[in-house]
Amino acid sequence: MVLFIIFCPIIAAILIMAGAPARKTALVASVLAFAAALFLLAFFDQSQRDFQHVTSFTISPDWHLSFTTGIDGLSLVMILLATIVTLAAVWFTGTIEKYENAFYACLLFISGGAIGAFASIDLFFFYAFHELALIPTFLLIGIWGSGNRVAAAWKITIYLAIGSFILLLGLILLYQSFPLAARSFDIRALTAAAGLGQISADAQRHVYLLLLIGFGILISLFPFHTWAPEAYASAPAPAAMLHSGVLKKFGLYGLLRLAIPLLPEGTHHWANLLVVLLLGNIIYIGLVTIAQKRLDWMLGYSSVMHMGYIFLGIASATVLSTTGAVVLIFAHGLSIALLFALAGELRKKTGTLVFDELGGLGKVMPFASLAFGFGVFAAIGLPGLANFAGEIMIFFGAFKNGWEMAHFHIFQIATVLALWGVVISTVYMLRAYRKTFMGTMNERWKEVGDLRPALRVPVVLVVGGLLCYGFFPQSLVQMVTSTFQTYLSANSSHLADEQSCSHGAVRRLRFMGPADGNAPQGRSYKVANKR
Amino acid sequence: MNSVLPWVVLLAPLVSAAVITLFTLRWKAVSSVISIAAVLVSFTCSSLIFTQSGIAAAEFAWIDISGTFKVPLGFTLDQLSKTMLVLVSGVGATIHIYSLGYMRDDEGKSRYFAALSLFMFAMLGIVLANNFVMLFIFWELVGFTSYVLIGHWFYRDAAADAGNKAFITTRVGDFGFMIGILMVWMATGSIVFSEIAPRMPSLASHPAFVTIAALLIFCGAVGKSAQFPLHVWLPDAMEGPTPISALIHAATMVAAGVYMLVRVAFVIQASQTALLVVAWIGAITAAMAALIATQQNDIKRILAYSTLSQLGYMMMAVGLASNDAAMFHLFTHAFFKALLFLGAGSVIVMLHHEQDIWKMGGLSRKLPITFVTFAVGALALIGCPPFSGFFSKDAILAIAYERNTPIFIVGLFTAFLTAFYVVRLLVIVFFGDTRSEVARLSKESPVVMTGPLIVLAILAALGGFGFFARNFLTFPIEKGVAFFVPALAFAALVVGSGLAIAIYRNRTGEPIDVEVLRHKFYFDEIYAWLINWTQELFARISAFFDRWIIDTAAVDGSSRGTWGIGALLRLIQVGNLQAYVFLFGLGVVALIYFAVFRS
Repeated sequence: MVLFIIFCPIIAAILIMAGAPARKTALVASVLAFAAALFLLAFFDQSQRDFQHVTSFTISPDWHLSFTTGIDGLSLVMILLATIVTLAAVWFTGTIEKYENAFYACLLFISGGAIGAFASIDLFFFYAFHELALIPTFLLIGIWGSGNRVAAAWKITIYLAIGSFILLLGLILLYQSFPLAARSFDIRALTAAAGLGQISADAQRHVYLLLLIGFGILISLFPFHTWAPEAYASAPAPAAMLHSGVLKKFGLYGLLRLAIPLLPEGTHHWANLLVVLLLGNIIYIGLVTIAQKRLDWMLGYSSVMHMGYIFLGIASATVLSTTGAVVLIFAHGLSIALLFALAGELRKKTGTLVFDELGGLGKVMPFASLAFGFGVFAAIGLPGLANFAGEIMIFFGAFKNGWEMAHFHIFQIATVLALWGVVISTVYMLRAYRKTFMGTMNERWKEVGDLRPALRVPVVLVVGGLLCYGFFPQSLVQMVTSTFQTYLSANSSHLADEQSCSHGAVRRLRFMGPADGNAPQGRSYKVANKR
Repeated sequence: MNSVLPWVVLLAPLVSAAVITLFTLRWKAVSSVISIAAVLVSFTCSSLIFTQSGIAAAEFAWIDISGTFKVPLGFTLDQLSKTMLVLVSGVGATIHIYSLGYMRDDEGKSRYFAALSLFMFAMLGIVLANNFVMLFIFWELVGFTSYVLIGHWFYRDAAADAGNKAFITTRVGDFGFMIGILMVWMATGSIVFSEIAPRMPSLASHPAFVTIAALLIFCGAVGKSAQFPLHVWLPDAMEGPTPISALIHAATMVAAGVYMLVRVAFVIQASQTALLVVAWIGAITAAMAALIATQQNDIKRILAYSTLSQLGYMMMAVGLASNDAAMFHLFTHAFFKALLFLGAGSVIVMLHHEQDIWKMGGLSRKLPITFVTFAVGALALIGCPPFSGFFSKDAILAIAYERNTPIFIVGLFTAFLTAFYVVRLLVIVFFGDTRSEVARLSKESPVVMTGPLIVLAILAALGGFGFFARNFLTFPIEKGVAFFVPALAFAALVVGSGLAIAIYRNRTGEPIDVEVLRHKFYFDEIYAWLINWTQELFARISAFFDRWIIDTAAVDGSSRGTWGIGALLRLIQVGNLQAYVFLFGLGVVALIYFAVFRS
C-alpha cells in the first residue's frame, strides 16, 4: 500500500509524459493516492510503536543499503497531508497554455518525491526522493512562473541546492559518526544504535549543526529565508501550494525524524541558537510581513513566519511540543495551500494581487471570500481549526522547558515572544483580508465571478480537514505521540532513570548526576541543580 | 447524575450554524427559523438544568498526551454557570426573535443567523467551561463571531475597519491571558479550575508570581470587556447591526470578562495587589466612559460608552472581592442594556438608519411602546429605585464604601454622570420638537420587535427585587450602610438628571462643547500615532532590511562573489536548467560514492 502511494503519482507522471491525457490521469492518480492514504489511516494500528506496512528490497547488504519503506504515525500524517494537498493542487490546475503535460508531470513528481521521502526508512532514499521532488519545483517556477520568474527560479535553485548540499554533508557525517559495526542506512537501526549512545557528544554537535543549516535552508529558517517569498510569488499557484504545503515540510520532517532521535546532545547544545533564529522567523519576519503590499508576497512571508512556531516545537524537543509541531505542520500545510490556491484564482480573475487595487471582492465572490476567511483564521490560530491545536501544544510544551518559579529562562521568553507573534500575524492576515475582500469595491471588479463550482470540491476537502482535526485533534495526537514517546524514551534508555516521559525531564535528570561529564551546558536548564 | 442536557444546550446552536452554512444559505427564512429553533432548544434545556440539582455531564478529551498534558472538554455546572446559562440563552432568544424584524430585508440574513448561532455556541461554551484551555477556545470563538457580526455589512469601510479593530485589540488582551494561563499551569500543574483552586494556597510563598499571573489573566478580561486601556474597540463595534450590539456588545460577550474573573476568583483573590489594580481599572473605565458619553451624538455610541462604564462598575466589584455584587450587576445590566439597545434599534429602523440624536426629538408620541420600554431601561441604568439597576449598583457602591473610599467616590461621581448623560439622551430623543423629516414620518415598530422590548422591560423593571433575583444569585451582604449609601446615590441621580433636564430641554443643538470629551480623550489618535511609530515603523525598516540587506547584499552579493561558491555558480550559469539538474545529480552520486563507500 505504501509503495502504491509513492509510485502512483510517479507512474502517472511518466504516463503523462508519454502522452496520456494530462489532467485526467493526474486527477485519477491523486484521487487514488488520497484514497490509499485514507485506507492506511483507517487500518493504522496505534498500539504498534514500530513502523508498519514495511516492504524492503535489499540493494547492497554490505553497506546495509536497501529500498525500505513503511509508515509510523509521523510519516502517515505527512503522507496524508501530501496526498490532500496534491489532490487540491492538481484540481486547481486549469488548462495550461504551454507544455500542459510537462506541467502536470512536474506536479506529480513533486508529490511522489515528497511522499517517497516521508515513507522511506532508508537514509539514502530519504534524501534521493527529496531531490527528485526539488527539480520539478525549479522547472515549474522557471517555465510557468510569473513576474521575474527566471531570477526567482535561479535563486531558489541555487539556494536550495546549497541547502541540500549541506544536508548531504551532514548525513554523510552522521553515517560516519557511528562506529563501523553500527553503520547502516536503515533509520530504525540508526535510531536503535543512537539510543545506546553510540554517537559521541562531539560528533552529535557537529552533525546537528549541519543538519540544522541544511534542513533550515530548505524550510526557510531565518536568515536563510529570502528565497521563499520571491519564489512563491513567482510560482504558479499549484507549485506554490505543493512546495509551501508539502515539500518545505520535508526539512521539518527530517529534523523530527533524524535530528531529535539520533542527536539528543546536538538538539540540546544548539537549542539556544535555534531559539534565537526561530524568533527571527516569528518576530522579524512577522514585521516584514506586515509591510507587504501584495497578497502573494504577504502569503510567502507569512509561510516563512509560521515555520518559526514549528521550530519552537522542535527546539524544545518534548513529546508535547513535537506532537504540537506535527499537528501544526499538517494544519499549516493545508491552510497555506488553500490560501495560495485562492490567491492564484484571484490573480487569474483580476490580474493583480496588489492590495491597493483590490477590495470589496466579498460581494462578487462570496464563496471565495468564505474559503479565504477559513484560511486566514486557520493561519492566525482560531480554535476549531487545526492550527490552533498545534500551536497550543507547542506553547505549553515550550513554556514548560526549563521552568523555574523564580524567573523566566530562554524558552519562557521565547514562548512569550511567540505569543506576541500571534498578535502580529493577526494584524497582517486580517489587514490583507480586509483589503482584499472587504470595504468598498472597485468598479473594475463588478464583473468578476465567484469560484467555479468544480473548484469548490478541493476547497471543501481542505477546509474539512482543517475543521475535522481542529475539533478532534486527539486523532492526530494519538498517532504521533507514540512515535515520539518511542524516540524520546530511546534517548533516555541508557540513563539510569527511565521514568521520564518528556525530554525536558530527561535533561534535568542528567544534570542532577554529578559524575556526568557530558552534561549539557545549556544556560536554561539549571533548574534541577538548585533544588 | 450524568445528563445529555448540557451537551444539547451547547451543541444545538453549533448544529444550527453548520446546517445554515452548508445547506440553507439561499433560503433566508429557513435559516432564521433554524437558528431561532436552536436557541429555543438551548433556552429550554438551560431552564431544565437550572431546576435540577446535582446534574453533571460526560466529558471527553480534546487533547490527551498521557502523563504530560490533558485538555478535557467538560462542564462546570454550579449555581453561577446555571444562572449564566439561563441568562445568556434567554436574552439570546429574545434577541434572535427581535432580529427577525430588524434584519427582515437584509441580503445577508442567512449569514447573520449562522453567525448568531455560532455566537450562542461560543458564549455558552465560555459559561460551561471547566478548564482554562476550553475557556480560551470559546473565548477566541466569541471574538471571532463578534468580528464576523461587526463586519456583517463588510462592504462598508467603517464596518470592515471596526471588525479588524475589535479582533486585534482583544487579541492583545488574549496575549496576556495566554501567558497567565501558562504560568498558572506551570505553577499548579493543572488547567482544570477545580484542581487549581485547592493548590493556590501553596503558592503563597511566591507573592510576586501570583500577582503577575493574576494580572495577566486579568488582561484577557480587559480586552474582552473593553476596559481601559483596551476599550477603544467597543464604540466602533457599533457599526454592526443593532441586535448584535445588544446581545454581544452589551449583554453577554463583553460581560464574559467579568464572568471569567468570577470563575477564576481563586487566582485573582490570591493577590491583594492584583485586586487593587482590577478595582482601579474598573473605576477609571467607569468614570472615563461616562465622561465621554456626555458629549456623544450617536445614540448607539452613547449606549456603548454606558456599557463600558457599567462594565467598569462590575470590574470594580470584582476588584473589591465581591463576586456576588459583580454578578448581580451583570445580571441586571444584561436585561436593561439589551433593552436599551433594542429600543435604540427600534428607533433607528423606524428612522431609516438615522443615528444622530439631534435629528430625532419628540419620538415619545411617534413610538409610544418603544418610548415606555426605553424609559424603563434608562431608569434602570441610572439606578432609579425601584428599577433593577438601583439594587445592583447600590450593592457595588455599598461594598466600595465599606472597603475603599476613593473608589466609592469615583463610583458616586460616575453615578451622577450616568444620570446626566442618560437623561440628556432621553430628553433629546423623545421630547421636544421633531427635528427632521424622517422623525416626523416615523411610526411604531412591528410586534416581532416590540414583543422582546416588553419582555425585557418587565425583567429590567423587576429584575432587582429579591423575590426574583434570589432564585438566580447569592445576594451581596451589606452591613450598616443600608441608608447612607443609597441616599447619596439617589442624590447624585437627582442632581445629574436635574442638570440634564435644565440644560437640554427644548434645545436644537449641543450647548456645551468640551473638545477633549468629544474626541474621546484622543485615545484613537494616540494609539494610531503609537502604532505608526512603533510597529509600522519597525515593519517598514524590517522589510527594507530584508529586501535590500539580507536578500540583495548578503545573498545576491555573496552569490556574485568570486569565492568558491561564486565560481561554481558562474560555471553553472553557462548552461540551462536541464544542464544544471544533470550536473547536480552527478555531483550527488559522486559525493556519496567518495564519501561513504570509499571510507
